[in-house]
Amino acid sequence: MSDTTIEPTHHQLIDRVVIRFAGDSGDGMQLAGDRFTTSSALFGNDLATFPDFPAEIRAPAGTLAGVSAFQVHISDHDISTPGDSPNVLVAMNPAALRANVAALPQGATIIVNSDAFDDRNLTKAGYESDPLADGSLSAFTVYEVPMTSITTESSKEIGVKPRDAERSKNFFALGLISWLYTRPVEPTLEWIAEKYVGKELILEANQRAFKAGYHFGETAELFESSYEVRPAVLAPGEYANITGNTAAAWGLVAASIRSGLPLFLGTYPITPASDILHELSKHKQFGVRTFQAEDEISGIGAALGAAFGGALGVTTTSGPGIDLKAEMMGLAISLELPLLIIDIQRGGPSTGLPTKTEQADLLHAMYGRHGEAPMPIIAAKTPSHCFDATLEAVRIAVKYRTPVMLLSDGYLANGTEPWKLPDLESLPEIDPGFATGPNHVEEDGTEDFWPYLRDEDTLARPWAPPGLAGLEHRIGGLEKSDGPGNVAYDGANHEHMTRLRAAKVAGIAADIPPTDVDHEEGAEILVIGWGSTYGAIAAGVQRVRARGLKVDQAHLVHLNPFPADLGDVLKRYERVLVPEVNLGQLSRLLRAEYLVDARSLTQVSGIPFRAAAMESAILQLIEELTAEKKAEDDEEGSDR
Amino acid sequence: MTDVTEAVPVPLTTRKDWSSDQEVRWCPGCGDYSILSAVQMLMPDLGVRRESTVFLSGIGCAARFPYYMDTYGMHSIHGRAPAIATGLATTRPDLDVWVVTGDGDALSIGGNHLIHALRRNVNITILLFNNQIYGLTKGQYSPTSEMAKVTKSTPFGSLEHPFNPLSLALGAEASFVARTHDMDRKHMMETFRRAHAHKGASFVEIYQNCNVFNDGAFEQITGKEHRADMLIPLVHAEPIRFGAEGQFGVIMDPDGSVEVVLVADVGEDALLVHDEHKENPGLAFQLSRLSRGPYEPTPVGVFRDVDHEEYGEQMADQIAMATERRGPGDFAALLRSGSSWTVE
Repeated sequence: MSDTTIEPTHHQLIDRVVIRFAGDSGDGMQLAGDRFTTSSALFGNDLATFPDFPAEIRAPAGTLAGVSAFQVHISDHDISTPGDSPNVLVAMNPAALRANVAALPQGATIIVNSDAFDDRNLTKAGYESDPLADGSLSAFTVYEVPMTSITTESSKEIGVKPRDAERSKNFFALGLISWLYTRPVEPTLEWIAEKYVGKELILEANQRAFKAGYHFGETAELFESSYEVRPAVLAPGEYANITGNTAAAWGLVAASIRSGLPLFLGTYPITPASDILHELSKHKQFGVRTFQAEDEISGIGAALGAAFGGALGVTTTSGPGIDLKAEMMGLAISLELPLLIIDIQRGGPSTGLPTKTEQADLLHAMYGRHGEAPMPIIAAKTPSHCFDATLEAVRIAVKYRTPVMLLSDGYLANGTEPWKLPDLESLPEIDPGFATGPNHVEEDGTEDFWPYLRDEDTLARPWAPPGLAGLEHRIGGLEKSDGPGNVAYDGANHEHMTRLRAAKVAGIAADIPPTDVDHEEGAEILVIGWGSTYGAIAAGVQRVRARGLKVDQAHLVHLNPFPADLGDVLKRYERVLVPEVNLGQLSRLLRAEYLVDARSLTQVSGIPFRAAAMESAILQLIEELTAEKKAEDDEEGSDR
Repeated sequence: MTDVTEAVPVPLTTRKDWSSDQEVRWCPGCGDYSILSAVQMLMPDLGVRRESTVFLSGIGCAARFPYYMDTYGMHSIHGRAPAIATGLATTRPDLDVWVVTGDGDALSIGGNHLIHALRRNVNITILLFNNQIYGLTKGQYSPTSEMAKVTKSTPFGSLEHPFNPLSLALGAEASFVARTHDMDRKHMMETFRRAHAHKGASFVEIYQNCNVFNDGAFEQITGKEHRADMLIPLVHAEPIRFGAEGQFGVIMDPDGSVEVVLVADVGEDALLVHDEHKENPGLAFQLSRLSRGPYEPTPVGVFRDVDHEEYGEQMADQIAMATERRGPGDFAALLRSGSSWTVE
């Protein structure tokens, strides 16, 4: 061996980086990404994540269909998206490379598990020649690391089965990236120790693989530099990294505590909503009842039955599940009982794209029931906002005795961001305001209970769960008379009741905040969105503003009814742009409601919008507006 | 210490207290009237409170039932009452929850909810009014209509093999299964009383005459003049015997099937002794299939009554256990149950 001195590795500070871990469904890429995220969160970075996995649990190994990826964006400043395109791609096999290489900008770093680049895997991935050798990756910096063999070697002496040893290679990749981006190693080693307690050989193999990856980065002289992303400046407080589904589940627990209503979740497993059921079923000490029903209809039916009994009735679903629940929503509207329906939207129609995000259920939420069946709609805008949105949806459901649809989507459900933990006491109190006694006196002086005698302000009817003597009453799906609530078929009453139900929901507009506009003096263009596009729109708007141009952003949380001032807000702008992950549903509602020329920007490719797409759409509108003004000026000039 | 929550005694009531002020709107002569009377007459005897009693229904003629009871009630949507009842009974174990349904509601559109409510043993009492026809939609065949039945929707005769509701319930692990009929108020009241007393899901099939669209469907067995020879009363721990002179009985063949015999032919000792409490549902299942239809001697009464754990109670137990183990829910701790960190 020569005794040349080892060049000390360079260490560079960077402000942000986007890393994508990609491999086979069984390679543990979600786990590697998730652990990297957690150690970054503990380190103090701001971050956003985007897991992207196939619907098949284990698609054929080595194929494009089986590629599972996890993208994480870490930063030393406030960020709102998981990043447009990765700076670093970790590809565990040729399929993972092939499926993701198109997303990389020139100059990106690719770290491949070179052991997996054999003829068989290359063929399975559809490569005719080896991309590591044929020059097709010349635009990128490629590092070939024999991850499988080093991983296996690292645990050889402890006697773990070769197959188990090989399975630790995700921890090798994690260790390597942890070195490259100067992540603390202790949290991951501790996590492995906790997670695999009782499986000592696997525990040891995983820790060895992780350390081997870390040391490989340090000693292999392959990498010119390691990098560091400093902690972001976040408001003081305690934080947790949270997915939208966990936030929704915790929001339900909070709503149950703040309302004093016992929580009942009736649901049927469906991707990507099931994690709310999983999370809630763990926390029975809060008096939470979770009911895994025989089908989607039973899930919402049981939730409605629980609501009739005075519980906080909730159902969760996605995709086709929302179709199946429509009839029961209509009953809840007719019964005027509080009920929360959480729809974690996914690609449709039919089974569609179960694991991919879409926001194409807005019009279903708005109109997807027979008859005139108005229902309030709330949409969450970021993973952690699922918590607040859940509380708001429950507030409205309880106060107005109505089913409420809460819209989330696959991107929010599985994506994460750091969340400043709230104090329970700071959360809104929700008063169930149960009926306590008779509310009507008959002509003969006897007291009576009228289930449809409405509150003058809210137009809500009394909520009288069984148990109080003197309040016995019958309700049902047949049209009922205003006040006594007896079955009534006459046309005039139906007209009256139909308008009353509509007025009740419309009246909620007076009870919600005005449109939240991120306004700059002089802006003539408004970008307005709803749901999970928030981060991408915010990032796009920031990019445009960074060019010294003006644009405003508004994001709707209340979609039915809209904020009372929304029409006035929209009319203040020369151009209104509505980006949506559907074919233009909010834009249609805005055009119909306010007669504004809302422009639609749409995408339904199963992935969230990129900030760059937002930026270029806004720039195009600015250009168009400038050209139009110039033409007007020219015309005026020629008239003179 | 004295018990400060001394129970307020259940007030004495009469049938009138359980009848709502709504006009009953079934067709004159409908079997539903006698079922309603039987229930309204039974309630004062049960020692229960009106305010703790809930009647739930789906859609169909029978489903109007809750409107006529002065209790809490809900007339819901087609087939879904067992699902709604599951949520209610699970969150409110203090309530008596009754589900009133029909052969179309329970066995066609709502079949899935019925079998799962039975399997889970949710604490509800299901009264299935079986008239073997769709009445509210004016006379189409139902899932219990006999094969070849000519109806509005089957002018050439029905091609479908009917369900046997009791066999279905037993197959769905029901812990209480009984049958009664609308021509015998006393038998109905006794059967409903037993169903109500049972912990968990109780399933009662009631042969009910639809005098407009399927008149006389059960006449051959429930008609006063036929009853003695055509209805087989099941009495726990008694030999199964019937007939005006007690001349008929039921025996079990070596292959396990049951058949009707003349007592004189086999001798009294050979008769099958009924056992409601048998854990194995085989006997109850055989009895449920003794008659191929309401034209052969048909058993009525309680087929099965076994003690299984009740769903809502088990759910409450899990909550109690979790609370005991971890202490009552601590929201601040929940928020910190994953990794959390502090920014100074």
